[in-house]
Amino acid sequence: MNKLELSSLYQLTMARFRLLLREPEAIFWIFIFPILLAAGLGIAFRNRPADVLPVAATTPQLTQALAADKGLNAAEMDVAAGTHALATGGILLLAVQRPDGVAYQYDDTNPDARTARLVADRAVQAAAGQRDAVRAENELIHETGSRYIDFVVPGLLGMNLMGSAIWGLGFAIVEARQKKLLKRMVASPMPRWEYLASFLLSRLVMLAIEVVAFLGFAGIVFGVPFRGPLWQLGFLCVLTSMAFSALGLLISSRAKTMEAASGLMNLVMLPMWILSGVFFSASRFPAVIQPFVRALPLTAANEAFRANMLQGVGLNHLVAPVAILLAWLIMPFAVALRIFRWR
Amino acid sequence: MTDRSGHLEAGSKASSPLLLRGLRKAFGDVQAVDGLDLEVLQGECFGLLGPNGAGKTTTIEVCEGLTAPDEGTVELLGLNWGTDANELRQRIGIQLQETQFTEKLTVEETLRLFRSFYRHGISVDESVRTAQLEEKRKSRVGGLSGGQKQRLAMACALVGDPELLFLDEPTTGLDPQARRHLWDLVDELKQAGRTIILTTHYMEEAERLCDRVAIMDHGRVIALGTPQQLIATVGGEDIVEFAVSSSQVPKGEGPGAPRVQVDVEKLTAISGVQSHRVDAGLHQLSVSELHTTVPLIFAALAAEGLHMSEFRTHSATLEDVFVRLTGRNLRDE
Repeated sequence: MNKLELSSLYQLTMARFRLLLREPEAIFWIFIFPILLAAGLGIAFRNRPADVLPVAATTPQLTQALAADKGLNAAEMDVAAGTHALATGGILLLAVQRPDGVAYQYDDTNPDARTARLVADRAVQAAAGQRDAVRAENELIHETGSRYIDFVVPGLLGMNLMGSAIWGLGFAIVEARQKKLLKRMVASPMPRWEYLASFLLSRLVMLAIEVVAFLGFAGIVFGVPFRGPLWQLGFLCVLTSMAFSALGLLISSRAKTMEAASGLMNLVMLPMWILSGVFFSASRFPAVIQPFVRALPLTAANEAFRANMLQGVGLNHLVAPVAILLAWLIMPFAVALRIFRWR
Repeated sequence: MTDRSGHLEAGSKASSPLLLRGLRKAFGDVQAVDGLDLEVLQGECFGLLGPNGAGKTTTIEVCEGLTAPDEGTVELLGLNWGTDANELRQRIGIQLQETQFTEKLTVEETLRLFRSFYRHGISVDESVRTAQLEEKRKSRVGGLSGGQKQRLAMACALVGDPELLFLDEPTTGLDPQARRHLWDLVDELKQAGRTIILTTHYMEEAERLCDRVAIMDHGRVIALGTPQQLIATVGGEDIVEFAVSSSQVPKGEGPGAPRVQVDVEKLTAISGVQSHRVDAGLHQLSVSELHTTVPLIFAALAAEGLHMSEFRTHSATLEDVFVRLTGRNLRDE
């Protein structure tokens, strides 16, 4: 055995790794699930290219005039068929040739139909020889950083760091206590702090893999921006993960059964899933509960991640969320060490 | 190992491996240990024997530094838990009653982990060999049998090459074959000169393994000595057990059967009968000179017109010692 293998901290940390890697469910929840969730949300809320609007006209000339515009998909229909297609949503607008001109039949409460009216009329007028009085050009801009996927990825990152830290630490410690393994460990000369430190060390390494996999996916597939310094984002991830680890340690410091621990974990995490702005902005909640919402570690983490990634805000402007996370790191850790039950 | 034995001799002159004085420990209203004095000698296998709830585990956990006593002193290897806890943890080996090791680690990984806690000790290979787990070395703990898990627990207690080994009910819940296997292992450790303290509620285990036995009941030591000495206190080498019914009603059993009276004085007057007791309708006599005494017992019962419905004899055991001292069986609980 070499020197490293004789180190108890190394052995304890390696044991944590082995256990995690031998737990297929853990791998799924930590690595695969957030990516699936991001993929699902990214597809559901993707910004689609401007739609081609389905319209119809009653004469070939009129149909041709409409089809000349790239924004329209024109078909020729008689009035009866066109009315039926309008009623069933097959088309948004029916252009009817009248002796004195054209009549547009459409539902003016439907924004797409109103758009179709404008585009169709422009196409008809242009076909009739109308020219623009003022020359106009279109410059199209699709801004990254303001899409829903850009908003939700930092939130999912925070949620994932919370879950993996609290579940990872909590269940492992309570299980060891329930199986009397903790008692056996403290009956050996193992330094107690090393046991707890091994959880934090293994968490740090898993964290690196977890964050790189998730953010790499979001960056490559959805082009989610990273505008702030990456090392600062890394620092925020470590700080967040350690704060939630401390919380996990506190939750598991006395619980004797998995059921009790599981209930406590849900009690702690559920409010944050809802309130901390993972899927929608935390500012939507009433002003009365805002101080409470702001003080939650996940709110602070999400706020800091969004500021870093989306706006490129530096750490020097993130003092408030960093201070909240630090407080959540120090206080639960201090309390947990004090009340921790080894047997 | 050679270095170890030299070390042990030096230690034996200084102090006994374990010394308990006036130990008391209560959990709420229950006085688990109620004034206990014990001294364990260098190189012996010392057994704490008693029924469940006698205070064996509390006593051993106080010795292991896992439970603080309410009163009394605990001295191990001349050290005590208050000031020398780290040193003591390095020098003792512990197997707890119901540890479940992490199922998804292998035998070797578990031993390597425990080995890393000790400054000195035997190699992982040696501990695997000692516990006869060579074939299971790469297997996960979850796939081991009960006996193999218990041998792993033993190996974890041994990796630090302890001067003093605590085994808390090492064979409880094992099948007879696994139990004998573990006894062989303890025998080997005894041969190697280790001081071992074990608790058990199996009298045959204590008789087989222990040099000296303390019988515990209600938190106290009620008898102390070698198994032979303790058995000798029963008064006879053999135990005769019989049940009787009146000869007029030969099949007089069941709730309506008349209570058959046996004249106890006539029985105890027989030469060779040392004592008598009745347990659930079964009469027990401790007897010396079995071959001459048994015919006399038969004659005495026949003279009273009693019919013997059951009869057997066995050599006296520690169980009989416990029965004589407490009037209860070891496994009543």
